[in-house]
Amino acid sequence: MGKLSAVWRETSHRYRLVAHQCGNCKKMYFPPRDICPDCHRESIGKMMEKELSGKGKIESFTIVHDAPSAFARQRPYVLALIRLDEGPVLTAQIVDSDFSELEAGRKVRAVFRKIREDGKGGIIQYGYKFVLE
Amino acid sequence: MLLSEDVYIIGAGETKFGELWERSLRELAVEAGLRAIESAGIYSKDVQLLYGSNSLGGTINSQNDIGSLIADFSGIASNHIPAIRIEASSASGAAAVREAYLGIRSGEYDCVMVGAVEKMTDLYGTEMLDHMGTMLDREWEAFFGGTPAAMAALSARKYMLDFNVPKEKLLSMSVNDHNNASMNPDAQYRNKITMEAAMESTMVAEPLNMMDCSPMSDGAAALVLCSGSFLRKRKLEGVKILSSAISQDFLALHSRRSIYTMDSTVLAARTAFERAGLKQKDISFAEVHDSYSIYGLTALEDLGFAEKGKAREVIDAGIGLGGPLPINPSGGLKAKGNPIGAVGVGQFVEAVSQISGKAGQRQVKDARVGLLQNVAGTGSTSIVHIVGGA
Ligand SMILES: [Zn+2]
Repeated sequence: MGKLSAVWRETSHRYRLVAHQCGNCKKMYFPPRDICPDCHRESIGKMMEKELSGKGKIESFTIVHDAPSAFARQRPYVLALIRLDEGPVLTAQIVDSDFSELEAGRKVRAVFRKIREDGKGGIIQYGYKFVLE
Repeated sequence: MLLSEDVYIIGAGETKFGELWERSLRELAVEAGLRAIESAGIYSKDVQLLYGSNSLGGTINSQNDIGSLIADFSGIASNHIPAIRIEASSASGAAAVREAYLGIRSGEYDCVMVGAVEKMTDLYGTEMLDHMGTMLDREWEAFFGGTPAAMAALSARKYMLDFNVPKEKLLSMSVNDHNNASMNPDAQYRNKITMEAAMESTMVAEPLNMMDCSPMSDGAAALVLCSGSFLRKRKLEGVKILSSAISQDFLALHSRRSIYTMDSTVLAARTAFERAGLKQKDISFAEVHDSYSIYGLTALEDLGFAEKGKAREVIDAGIGLGGPLPINPSGGLKAKGNPIGAVGVGQFVEAVSQISGKAGQRQVKDARVGLLQNVAGTGSTSIVHIVGGA
């Protein structure tokens, strides 16, 4: 039960890339936050959902060989820090790309994919990954 | 205003670090604790407070309440002293020492024990890697395939690109660690490594390979700390804690101001130097938290020994035992080992050996003042201590 509810809790943010924008300073946060770290109490109750374009650039990337069990079938996979056009940086995989094409600064866009499989016959979880533009 | 008590480390002990299949969590903790008490020249009844330090016991060993466990099996349960666990991921060790230090500074306690232990090899490699994800932001890093090594690799690639630093410079931290560890009987890896072999080791998360990454380790370390008045009354000798500082940052790497500057280390170091009234040039040796080689380089910068992007200059000037700034005389996290919740206390054990001139073959000449940096995960917490004498 506990595990399933943990899966569903963040689902809409992971499926639709929904950020929180501070109503006070207008800064965008992804992953979403309920309190703006710049405005503190001024932001309480003013964080608004904002759908992101899913477009961004590679800040840095790595090819992961030593993978946790939920990712064993994907290895080696590309993990990247992606700076979204709206400002926030997030951690996500880059898929369907030739490793040699990867480079800091390359444009990427979000796609909807299977993320991980927790154990044999376990829960399969979905969310965003990125592809090269 | 009352003057706060000075704090001294009067006892220090540790177990060997490594894959200690035949040893249990509690055996390791007790062994280190007894060594610390013995070296302090006190009795266990003198201890008024015990902080247990451990990070992954709840997940790997299905054991929480490590404070009570250590007190119990060290035979002091019937003393009924407070014994609780301090947890701050891989910075748990220094966090526990800092709380002990504050307990004494406050005047509440005269004699405090820190017992740190981690037992990681009860699980196999991949399972262990799953638990290592608990050091990161589970929902927004580990969920997507982030591992501690992968996050360090993201920092490393950008660092190498922005400052034009070749991979060899990262690995020189590991080569130095192995060199020093070859002279440390408590170290997990006592073999020296060559740069050529290090460059060719198995990839973990590009550009980091096996030789850039600290191992999974079992191990325990313990300290006895006391007030200046206790020290004088009992006519004991100790190594003084000159300053203790801690700072925090965002949990996830992607939320930070920079991916290759640990602001938590920058701030903790600044405070630690200020409070000790010392400068970087006054440091005789440093134990830095190089869980991944890149963090060794960024530590040199964030601690103020080099400008950003220029750690290579410190490395080139010499970080070996005879160099101008000996780094990780113990063998560091890469070669002495990285029992997550005990590693920060292990750094103190090394500092006490060095400053009291008992480090044997790996003794740093004129080791008077040591700096210790212990970091949680990718830099969410940094704790810096400066220890030693004038
Ligand atoms: Zn704001």
